[in-house]
Amino acid sequence: MSESATPYGLIAEFSTPADAMHAAEKIRDQGFKRWDVYSPYPVHGMDKAMGLGNSKVGWFTFIGGVSGYTLGMVMIWFMNKFDYAIPVGGKPMFSPFSAFPPSYELTILLGAFGALFGMFIMNRLPRLHHPLLKHARFKLASHDRFFIVIECHDPSYRGDETRALLESLGGRNIEVVEE
Amino acid sequence: MAESANTVQGAPMIAPPRELERIPLVSNRRGLGWLSDAVAGISEKPTPRWWWYALAGSVGTMSICFAMIAYLMSTGVGVWGLGHPVMWGWAIVNFVWWIGIGHAGTLISAILFLLRQRWRTAVNRAAEAMTIFAVMCAGIFPVIHVGRIWFAWWLFPIPNANGIWPQFRSPLMWDVFAVSTYFTVSLLFWYMGLIPDLAVLRDRAKTKLRKFLYGLFSLGWLGANRHWSNYEKAYLLLAGLSTPLVLSVHSIVSLDFSVSQLPGWHTTIFPPYFVAGAVFSGFGMVLTLLIPLRKMCGLEDVITMRHVDLMCKVTLATGTIVGYAYGMEVFIAWYGGNPYEQFAFWNRAFGPYWWSYWIMISCNVIFPQLFWFRKVRHSLKVVWIISILVNVGMWFERFVIVVTSLNRDFLPANWGYYVPTWVDIMTYVGTFGLFFTFFLLFLRFLPIVAIAEVKGVIPQADPHHPLGGAKPGAHH
Repeated sequence: MSESATPYGLIAEFSTPADAMHAAEKIRDQGFKRWDVYSPYPVHGMDKAMGLGNSKVGWFTFIGGVSGYTLGMVMIWFMNKFDYAIPVGGKPMFSPFSAFPPSYELTILLGAFGALFGMFIMNRLPRLHHPLLKHARFKLASHDRFFIVIECHDPSYRGDETRALLESLGGRNIEVVEE
Repeated sequence: MAESANTVQGAPMIAPPRELERIPLVSNRRGLGWLSDAVAGISEKPTPRWWWYALAGSVGTMSICFAMIAYLMSTGVGVWGLGHPVMWGWAIVNFVWWIGIGHAGTLISAILFLLRQRWRTAVNRAAEAMTIFAVMCAGIFPVIHVGRIWFAWWLFPIPNANGIWPQFRSPLMWDVFAVSTYFTVSLLFWYMGLIPDLAVLRDRAKTKLRKFLYGLFSLGWLGANRHWSNYEKAYLLLAGLSTPLVLSVHSIVSLDFSVSQLPGWHTTIFPPYFVAGAVFSGFGMVLTLLIPLRKMCGLEDVITMRHVDLMCKVTLATGTIVGYAYGMEVFIAWYGGNPYEQFAFWNRAFGPYWWSYWIMISCNVIFPQLFWFRKVRHSLKVVWIISILVNVGMWFERFVIVVTSLNRDFLPANWGYYVPTWVDIMTYVGTFGLFFTFFLLFLRFLPIVAIAEVKGVIPQADPHHPLGGAKPGAHH
């Protein structure tokens, strides 16, 4: 953290989820966009307090699931009917019924990959470097504290004014986090 | 750090009326920070001596498993007790048994999540770990039972040397997809749940190596609410996907049997009956593991008597379903009027393997009924003994299904008595070494309780609860 480091944002600490949530509601109402609440566990109701919409991870799962099912059916049809048909026990070369169990499993498999990787993509993870990870007190965000960080890039960010806002909302140990 | 977490600064401690308050899931009003300290502390404290002894024993036992597999591969399946007419023996029994054990982990992590059973958070991490390691043990058996193991890759959808593809009309191929998907999805689900907790360990790490490794595997998790929002959605979706998955896995395992036309196997009750049995045996194993674990790791406040009590009730319920399935099988054999089916069931109960049938009945149907009594559910020793009996009984269930259906074929000329060899027995014993080696490593290096999830269910975490800082009468 050299002298010339560019600021990343303002960090404020809260000790209860209720305080963090009330503060989040006010910050939402002030029209901030690039800010976040950091908590050791998902606080229920915080999405609403922050004004977040429904997560889009479901689309990744849906696309994964549909491709899994299609892949299963097409693969089995290709292998057992089209490319190299082997008659077994008088059964049809391809039947959607016998092809269903593997296709069902592939639906779930690719849907699950969609959910996990969808979460990674939406969250921009893995991220092995972040300004907040260098901040000493921020380690408590995984322990028992709640933090609100407003980024300097936020259009509504006004240095001292924003600091005063965080102070008035009950935030403590307000500091500038550097890039 | 621990002290500050137990009290809430500046918040009046006015709890709702006692009669409206539910019994807290974490005892003694433990706070957010205490949970981090208690769970992460397990892997931060110096390694206890018992852990080394246990690991040495497990690794030794695991090496027996690998030695037995090497002997099998170098010599042939003749080293097992298989032979006409019993061509499926312990390998398949062990496979079904281990994979069934895994089902409790997924039930706890997925189905109980969808049912909003918040007590699951205390036990889901360890149960999911159990699932993964049990499926690993299970996966060994179908691979080694094929005889010429170097051809096991024919099970994968790759053309063999003659350009022939696997044949998907066979339930054995369905099984390959079911088990491999089950393992992969369980691992993904487990890992995703671990990410926030690995970040806890990262933030507490003192040594460079721990900082690096936990930092690497926590993927830069910060606990941002925007991240939690996507994370919770992904968690819900994975739970929603794992639920039909876990129901399908043991159903497909049961189809390995019931799609064939053998009396005793060819029954429509198999899929639900196998799933209930799997959950039953899995809860048996969860209890067997967690009762000593909570004491050894000092987690009595997290995995409370209430958790044990609830798990006993699930065991009781699934055990009763299993008992009903046994009864229904016998009833349908009689009511269906098929003499071969009738003989198969008479042979199970009174034939040469009568003892295995009655071990199964007593361990699975009779002893778990003791869980009706609150006194029994609250005596850890009795619960632990019954949980062992459940494991034993469910192993015998699979033995009964596999062996007694095969040992007396349609013609008395095709009758025989199957006895396992020492190699059969030692391979099975060896898989316990594999299981416990992984489980001990898990205990030592990973958070054994889902820290973030348990934090979310305590009153201190609720912004509308006085302990969470809510002011009386405050508008929200």
